[in-house]
Amino acid sequence: MSFEPKIVGFLCNWCSYGAADLAGTSRIKYPSNIRIIRVMCSGRIDPTFVLKAFEKGADGVLICGCHIGDCHYMEGNHKAARRIPLLKKMLVQLGIEDQRIRLEWCSAAEGERFATIVNDMTEQVRKLGPLNYSSGEVHG
Amino acid sequence: MAKLKLALYWAASCGGCDVALLDINEKILDVAEIADIVFWPIAMDFKYDDIAAIQDGAIDVCLFNGAVRNSEQEEIARLLRVKSKVLVAFGSCACFGGIPALANFTSRDEIIKYSYIEAPSNDNPDKTLPQEITEVDEGKLELPELYNTVKTLSQVVPVEYYLPGCPPPVSLIIELVNDLADNKLPAPGSTIASDKTVCDECPLKKENKCISRIYRPQEIIPDGERCLLEQGLICCGPATRGGCGAACIKAGMPCRGCFGPPAGIIDQGAKLVSAIASIYEVVNEEEITKMVDEIVDPAGTFYRFGLADSILKRRQS
Repeated sequence: MSFEPKIVGFLCNWCSYGAADLAGTSRIKYPSNIRIIRVMCSGRIDPTFVLKAFEKGADGVLICGCHIGDCHYMEGNHKAARRIPLLKKMLVQLGIEDQRIRLEWCSAAEGERFATIVNDMTEQVRKLGPLNYSSGEVHG
Repeated sequence: MAKLKLALYWAASCGGCDVALLDINEKILDVAEIADIVFWPIAMDFKYDDIAAIQDGAIDVCLFNGAVRNSEQEEIARLLRVKSKVLVAFGSCACFGGIPALANFTSRDEIIKYSYIEAPSNDNPDKTLPQEITEVDEGKLELPELYNTVKTLSQVVPVEYYLPGCPPPVSLIIELVNDLADNKLPAPGSTIASDKTVCDECPLKKENKCISRIYRPQEIIPDGERCLLEQGLICCGPATRGGCGAACIKAGMPCRGCFGPPAGIIDQGAKLVSAIASIYEVVNEEEITKMVDEIVDPAGTFYRFGLADSILKRRQS
């Protein structure tokens, strides 16, 4: 059976979730590999959530917030914009490829853009193959 | 009252925890007053067989320091678990993996290859590597198996108490000794330290958490008054359990995180990413790249003591 990546998507309530909604109501197709979790703001995404997702079997994590300047809470997305690149650098050291984590901005009017991002990311992670998270138990 | 039976053991550790126990000075006499030491490899000559021979549960308290990274350490951890009523993970290595768990950034094969072949100080022309079993004329020689992944004590056996610190501070060891003497131990599963963070105990002035550059410790001399984070030094205080009295900070060094995550936090490194990135006040992409570049080794800095206990536990693949 071919590998179907599991991607967890954290979408902010105000813009990106609206974009996913618009993609749906506009009947735009995008892969079902993404499992969407709605959060109030991209600034609410604790790096712990991303690690948890990988631990529980995700092959990729997508984080979507409002465009810079449009955050409903003024600067929640500014914090995400700094946390996620630093988290990526740390995860690369831990053997998790950069492309498995993606931070994007999507307004509620950008249903088409959201679908393109999900399409892109699914193909990217498919090429990387499964993450096969391991706590090291098997090797002792 | 019959004397308590006390065992002490070191697994993957440096020996500093054993020394910390002696640092309690005259209080060690109280320990001798209330307890008979039945096992302490660093200080006294006991054999593993002596422990195997005693009754299960006969040891009242075992202070176990060091992480578990080979089959001998795991075997003794299991043995001491069966023989002890109370098992204490003593020190950061037993609690979270500690410095030895930095080995989880690499693999057993890479470590052996570097240590025995590649390291410049080696003189090993035959490329001899340690073997678990070696046949010699006199018979079979055995060495413990080195594990690919360093583990915390509680990942191997159930543990009653955690006493973190690299090494555990004297004040907390005395608290434990007093609790033992008065038979007033806290609920099993407790960490004998504060439930708050190091920042909570830190005497430095905290004004405005907002930085625009990160310095490495050798690049600046802190002014001795203001929060080290506010001065641009990476300090693990915001995501580290208190109980040490901010000892390192009082000596002018940022917190290195040896007490592990505070109560309720599962991943110290993730919280530090969040904390440091939050106070670095920049918006545009170029400046964010500069921030990421300034933090030279995020994984090694944020998981210096806690990698084995983190969500990922080791480098993946």
